[in-house]
Amino acid sequence: MAVAFWILAVVAVAGGVAVFVVDSMARATFALLASLLAVGVTFLLIDLRYLGALIILMMVMEMLVMAVFMIMYMMNPAGLMPMKMVHNKTGAAVIAGTVFVLLASGAVLTRWPERRGTPPADPTHALGLAIMGPKMLVMMVIGVAILATMIASVVMATHRGRYGSAMPDRRRDGEGS
Amino acid sequence: MTLEAFLLLAAALFAVGLYGVLSQQSIVMLMMGLELMINGLIAAGGAFWYFLAPASADGQVLVLVAVTVMALEMAMGFAVVTALFRARDVDMTDDAGDLKG
Repeated sequence: MAVAFWILAVVAVAGGVAVFVVDSMARATFALLASLLAVGVTFLLIDLRYLGALIILMMVMEMLVMAVFMIMYMMNPAGLMPMKMVHNKTGAAVIAGTVFVLLASGAVLTRWPERRGTPPADPTHALGLAIMGPKMLVMMVIGVAILATMIASVVMATHRGRYGSAMPDRRRDGEGS
Repeated sequence: MTLEAFLLLAAALFAVGLYGVLSQQSIVMLMMGLELMINGLIAAGGAFWYFLAPASADGQVLVLVAVTVMALEMAMGFAVVTALFRARDVDMTDDAGDLKG
């Protein structure tokens, strides 16, 4: 179990690093997918079968959608030439390194409380009872948030746009390509 | 396999994502950094449930919320990029400072 966890942890972090190292948008997307899947599989090690499967299925779909957007917007989807689009690389690395050291020292040095209780025989059943009972408000808020996101994303992405027809059409006016 | 090991994994994922968010110029790459940061939070949430309070389902509910937030962030992020790109052919963070004071 411990060996499997550490292998998955290395895959997750290496995938995350690869996202910002590789020269292709498609490769970056699949590196992120590898990182997300590794975390999903670690959940299977700690009895979270439903959430692990949810993360795996959801992230596969999400990254496939991401790959389509990557190819739409980025200039180098196939990795045929070097790709560097960063600013203040050193500052970002220093800040990220500092944050890692702080978080890691907090994780290692904190005296975590004793474990209370044991995992239920079926954690999925317990989760279902919670979100349909005492935690129902959470599910209701999530439902409204998903609906609001669907409406807002369609409004933002539609050709008419946020400002209706008042906004000039670049392509019709010959300003765009 | 301990809580500390899971939290170290979460910290590493969060830090790598933070590097991407701070350094990337492309909005889509920036969003990938955000995804990695939330990925770290998900790992930490699941570990807190298993190693500290497995008797209640609170940790699982938290992970469920984080996974949903991840998907919503993607949807809204791509809608914003699409609106920005349609209006001005911009897909870089440096050119998208409209709300700057």
